[in-house]
Amino acid sequence: MSEEQKGMFGASGTGDTSGYGGLVRTAASTGSTERPYGGYFDEVADDLERAYPDFADAITRVVVDRGELTLHIKKARLVEVAFILRDKLKFEMCMGVSGVHYPDRTGAELVALYPLLSMTKNQRIRLEVATSDLDPHIPSVVEVWAGNNWHEREAFDMFGIIFDGHPGLTRILMPDDWDGHPQRKDYPLGGISVEYKGATTPAPSQRRSYQ
Amino acid sequence: MTTTFDPYASSRETTEGTVFSVTGGDWDSLVSEIGESKEERIIVNMGPQHPSTHGVLRLVLELEGETITEVRTGIGYLHTGIEKNIEFRNWTQAVTFVTRMDYLSPIFNETAYCLAVEKLLGITQDVPERASVIRVLMMELNRISSHMVALGTGALELGAMGPMFFAFRDREIVLDAFEEITGLRMNMAYVRPGGVSQDLPAGMGVKLRELVKSLRKNFEDNAKLLIGNTIWMKRTVGIGYLDLAGCTTLGITGPVLRSTGLPWDLRKTQPYCGYENYEFDVITADTADVYGRFLVRMAELEQSLRIIEQAVDKLDALEGEPVMVADKKIAWPAQLALGADGLGNSLDHIREIMGSSMESLIHHFKLVTEGFRVPAGQAYVAIESPRGELGAHVVSDGGTRPYRVHFREPSFNNLQATSAMSEGGMISDIIGAVASIDPVMGGVDR
Repeated sequence: MSEEQKGMFGASGTGDTSGYGGLVRTAASTGSTERPYGGYFDEVADDLERAYPDFADAITRVVVDRGELTLHIKKARLVEVAFILRDKLKFEMCMGVSGVHYPDRTGAELVALYPLLSMTKNQRIRLEVATSDLDPHIPSVVEVWAGNNWHEREAFDMFGIIFDGHPGLTRILMPDDWDGHPQRKDYPLGGISVEYKGATTPAPSQRRSYQ
Repeated sequence: MTTTFDPYASSRETTEGTVFSVTGGDWDSLVSEIGESKEERIIVNMGPQHPSTHGVLRLVLELEGETITEVRTGIGYLHTGIEKNIEFRNWTQAVTFVTRMDYLSPIFNETAYCLAVEKLLGITQDVPERASVIRVLMMELNRISSHMVALGTGALELGAMGPMFFAFRDREIVLDAFEEITGLRMNMAYVRPGGVSQDLPAGMGVKLRELVKSLRKNFEDNAKLLIGNTIWMKRTVGIGYLDLAGCTTLGITGPVLRSTGLPWDLRKTQPYCGYENYEFDVITADTADVYGRFLVRMAELEQSLRIIEQAVDKLDALEGEPVMVADKKIAWPAQLALGADGLGNSLDHIREIMGSSMESLIHHFKLVTEGFRVPAGQAYVAIESPRGELGAHVVSDGGTRPYRVHFREPSFNNLQATSAMSEGGMISDIIGAVASIDPVMGGVDR
């Protein structure tokens, strides 16, 4: 996702004659979307700007992609923006947090995504917060949306994101004494190679990959 | 290694090495110890193997006599790393994994995932109408089979065995229909990115109409047995109370939310798969307790039957239409069908790729081994599963495999309400409270 890649198997200049090797994979855009965003997204952005004077400073990017609005927020401002979104913009539900690990994005390897739902206005938006692998701290929003408690524990368990201010940040799915955080990209899938009549099929994470 | 004598873990040497026999503590000494202590506070581990905890849910209860003062919920006993595994399979293969998350509502997992992939591909509008109608049909059948387990096992856990027999009888009828349509009773991997794996078998419309008729009649049995039943009312009314404020705070959706009186159902409020074209009601109750949730589920059965009837009518009108997108770079090349030999295969397709067209063979090979590419980006799609909002957050890096798939599982989220529903109540009532949340541990732990 970080850079443009060509071909497959990670090979270059070899004889892939199928034609598929010529396919170009483009990276996702890293820019901000220009107004108008379309739909209710302009209204959400306007309301947030009015209710939150520091909008320009706290929100680094506004992205509208595939009919979804994503607000990229500086992590230090997450909780105050969350309170405004809940109390003033009526996003009364947070549907958890989903972590994503991008080892290639230096300084912003760990990303936490919060899908928000407003039942009052029947709207959905998403918050995105990024932090570094070296400083995997993101403020907890459990004081804003109590239901995020387990979701943050899961993101901690799977990605090692430390949610500061969480009432009890412990592992939730893996055993307490587990080493590592399984859904990070540097954590192998594992599995065992399968041997059949002398030939060996490698474990899933060891197999060649079509990029 | 030092060997010390342990009365509860005696050991003996065998040819395989040392074997330990672990047994429980001495009951008499335990009882006398409890008798000596001044306070009545007891901590009880309920589960993870307790029959009324819906699989491997562990509840750590702090009791004061028979009153629960604190509940802690332990999960993770069924964690299978499905989300991680998906990252090592192609986009189509992932369906086979997600269907196994919440094993009581496989079609919902598949549909949420496929809708998200289709959104990333930008082909949401290209999915044929017949495929969408079949998805709706399958989801509503699945809602019935899932609610049947919720009602049947819920009643069984509260000591009523009859409702379980009726519920599982009706569930069998639905599972038989699943088997006829997909070949499997559960974990079907039937919904695929771009449509569904195959069309309904011939004559299914008639059978589905019969199914609706018999289920509608069968549902009366449980209604007669439980609604207004004194024992049932005493075990459920006023138990496991959680009001609207509690639900929004904890992110609770589904029947638990609707039992507080809020008609929030994504099929109505944010329709997908063409749900806006069906007539049905959103069922609510105003009691916010176990009884209300039971009533909501009972009444939703009838609404599902109504949707199934309308879906079957639509399917009659759409007879012969495709069930997969037209784009051959995404659609599975062979339209498999059950042959006389009992195997799913497509002899016409094999004849074409092996006999006449080298290009078709290459195409088939690339699509099956490598799969299709999905443009980079992310999407979140939420659908109304039997347990609430099931969200699929899918991230692509532009490759042939998902970069990250996260499921916002309603069971996982809603289980957080256990403490709020049960603390301060009697120990017997936590069973009803958990049953009314209807958690499926396969979905909770993934």
